Order: sequence, then structure tokens, then C-alpha cells
Amino acid sequence: MALEDFCSFRNNPHLWTPASLLLPLQNPASSTPGIPKHHHSGRRRLELSNKDDGPPLHLSLPPASAARRLMPTVRRPFPLTHGTTTLGFVFQGGVIAAADTRASAGGLVACPEVHKIIPVHSHLVVTSSGSGADCVLWARALEREIRLYRLRHGRVLSVRGTAKLLAFMLHPFKGTDVCVALTLCGWDQGPNGAREGPKVIYVCSDGARLQGELFSVGSGSPYAYGILDGGLRWNLSREEAFSLAREAVFRATHRDAYSGNNVDLVYITEKGWSRRDREDLKEEYYTRKEEIGKIVEERCGKTD
Amino acid sequence: MEYLIGIQGPDFVLVAADSVAASSIIKMKDDHDKMFKLSDNILLLCVGEAGDTVQFAEYIQKNLQLYKMRNGYELSPTAAANFTRKNLADYLRSRTPYHVNLLLAGYDQADGPALFYMDHLSALAKAPFAAHGYGAFLTLSILDRYYKPDLTREDGVALLQKCIQELNKRFILNLPSFNVRVIDKEGVHDLEKVRVIPQ
Repeated sequence: MALEDFCSFRNNPHLWTPASLLLPLQNPASSTPGIPKHHHSGRRRLELSNKDDGPPLHLSLPPASAARRLMPTVRRPFPLTHGTTTLGFVFQGGVIAAADTRASAGGLVACPEVHKIIPVHSHLVVTSSGSGADCVLWARALEREIRLYRLRHGRVLSVRGTAKLLAFMLHPFKGTDVCVALTLCGWDQGPNGAREGPKVIYVCSDGARLQGELFSVGSGSPYAYGILDGGLRWNLSREEAFSLAREAVFRATHRDAYSGNNVDLVYITEKGWSRRDREDLKEEYYTRKEEIGKIVEERCGKTD
Repeated sequence: MEYLIGIQGPDFVLVAADSVAASSIIKMKDDHDKMFKLSDNILLLCVGEAGDTVQFAEYIQKNLQLYKMRNGYELSPTAAANFTRKNLADYLRSRTPYHVNLLLAGYDQADGPALFYMDHLSALAKAPFAAHGYGAFLTLSILDRYYKPDLTREDGVALLQKCIQELNKRFILNLPSFNVRVIDKEGVHDLEKVRVIPQ
């Protein structure tokens, strides 16, 4: 059948080599189908097309889900860094991306001053949550691919295209310990094939890819949703949007042990992204406590 | 968690899917579309593990479009269902199976409407009505009781409403909105997104 020929179902997928992130992307000429592969570890291999100006990924067989890995993992010397509160939403003035700055490894605060909002290009930032090392790596890999795309095609890939590219890059690692949940917050400029305007797209290493108007990711996300769902409207002014995002991260860091330290806020418009100064939430907490104390005092003073 | 339902009439197929995209206890999206258009007359409804659904469904979708480009005609719903099943079965005993449950609904100009039920073990069955998910346990008996092979579109929608009401009453999870579509000889039509108002 025509489809079967094209889909190469006769090729045995078990003989494919494991996906190695750097290898296929550095040696496009060396990956030709049909050359027998030597070893496998249950992960699918990214194959490259042989054209230089084509997309970097060759999609031949559908990558499938992986529930089982036959190779035993190397025992980790310490728990991976996890735990965070990040959020991204669109409103009439653009896109807001906010995150805390704590990297935790089990019960230890491994670093109190991490950058979780990473710029990819002038009109796209990505907020990262999950395993810290994985997020840094994949954000850099994405940045590289976008730059290559721009060099090859003369235009910036749309946010949706970037999300799809990222999802396909992550898919071979599904079922392994790679844990990334990234929210791409960006502004599409015409004409690049996409409708112009703000976009927020959530991509995670499980394979999910969701476009929406509000996403919050991480261990502190339920607390952040509580604040955001109540206050988010399309017609917010810029200052209101900033204060809503800060409030959401602040409340999440108050309740979640694995989020804290500072809040980063990045604001994306058609002119590009711009970062606000990092704010220390400890000071915020004490300032507010004082204010509430004063209000209570006044009330008590009035009733006396 | 996720719910799919399909009802076949004499000259149409009515399909509906809930529109919640969840991640553990959080609803990430409440307007998520789980239907994939395979051709002008075929829809694939796909639920299951997070990345698998989109990857598998898009793979089937693109291959069917490629077939049309290469051969000049589209696959019939039966052929598409069997192609899908073969794909799923080939991966089933690999190290990396797809964990997806599917409904495939289509209208063939020669054979009329068709609804196919496929589960993650790659079992394929042509059925007059079908459902997937925990909600299926609650609604299949309603379908058994009230389904007639010659139901009209209005009857079909009324039957769907009965099922959704039952879910609202007895299903522990909240599924507030559904995407509903009808396939007939003219193609795929959106019905209004059905929102259930609590009584």
C-alpha cells in the first residue's frame, strides 16, 4: 500500500540509535536512513534531513510514548532541582511573564538567585520550571535553533512554530528523567505566517503543547492561579498587570516552600521584551505586614 | 478524566469531546479541542497520555493528507480506521507504545456514515454509538436505552444532552463544556459549543 511504503513500516524501529542531543545537530551529513545502527537504549533517534536549508528535524516515524526504560539509571548524588512558581498571561497591553528565583534540591535552597525567565529572541522569552539544569539546556538549544532558522529563512519563526519545534525536540526524551515545563511568552510580528499579537504557549517534556491566555506552572502554581483567576481581565492597565503578577508570585512563594526569594517580571510588547528590576519578596512581606498592622491599629483605635 | 462520545445516525455522525486539558489537579485549559480533521469527511477524536495524543493524531492526519496528494483521492473512513489501527498495533509491543483512545467518525459517499471505536490496545470496532473515558460507564446504558438506528439530528443532540446531564449529576469530575460536531455528506459542521448549566 502506498502509505505503508512511505511510512517504512518494514523498518524495524528497535534498531534505531538513542537520541543524543548534540550529535544529530552537529553532523547532518552523517545521518542517512538504512545504515545499520549499533546500539539502542529505548529512546528514539532524531534524524536529520540532508538539506542544509531544511528544518533541523526529520520526522519519519512517529515518536511514541515511553513508559518503560530497560537501562538502569545511574544513581543521582543529590536530588534534582525542582519546585518553582512561574506564570505568563496576555492582556491588552502585551504579555507578562513572572517567576520566582529559588532553585531547590530536595530541602536545600540550592540557589536563591536563579534566572527563570530566559530570553530566546527580541520578542520571545521562555519561563522555565521543572529540573533546573534541563531548563537551562533546552532554553539554550531552542535559542540556537531559532537563530539558525532566522539565518536560513530570513525571518523569525512564529511563537506557535517555536512551540512545535520545542515539543518535537523534547519528544524523543519522553519517558526519561528529562523534566521541563516551559511557557513561551512572546509577540508575533507580521508577516511570519502567524496572526500578529501576544501569545502564551505551554510546552512540557511529557509532550503537551497548549496555547492559551494564562498559564502558571510549578509547585506554587495552584496558589498563583487562585490570585490570577480572580483578578485577570483583558482590560488591565500595565501597572495593574504588573501588580497582579507580583501578587500572584508573592502569595505562591508565601505558601509554597519550594518557591521564594525574589520575583522577576518581564513585559513583552510589539517592541520587544523588557525586564523589570528584581524585587525581594522578604521585604515585600514585612512591608505588607506593617501596613496591615497599621490598619488594624487604626480600626482598634476607632472602636475604642 | 476525558470523555468522548459518538452517535451514528442514518446519514450523519454526531461526535462530542470534553474541552478540558488538565495537568494533575489543575485545569490548564478549558477550551481545548481534542478533534483532529483527517479529511473533509473524517474526524479523529483522540484522548490519552499527554504528548501521545497530539503526536499520534497529527501523524495520522498528515499521512492521510499525503495519501490524497500522492494518489489524488482520499481514504475512506474504513480504510483510515484500519490504517490507524495498524499504526497503533505496530507500536503496541514495542518499547514505546502509544497510550491513546480514539473515536474515528466519517462519512463515505458510497457507504454512508461510519463510527469506529479504537482503544489503546488497538482493538477496532465499528459501532452505532461509542464512548471513551470514565464517563462512558455512566452513559453507555443511556445510549443503549434510547438509541434508535433511524434517529434524526435533533434526536441525536437530545440523546447527547441526556448523556451530558447524567455526567453532570453523577460524575465526580466537573466537565463544564464540550466541543460538538456533526459529519454528513456535506462535511464537518460545528454545533455550538455545548455548555452545561448546573441545575
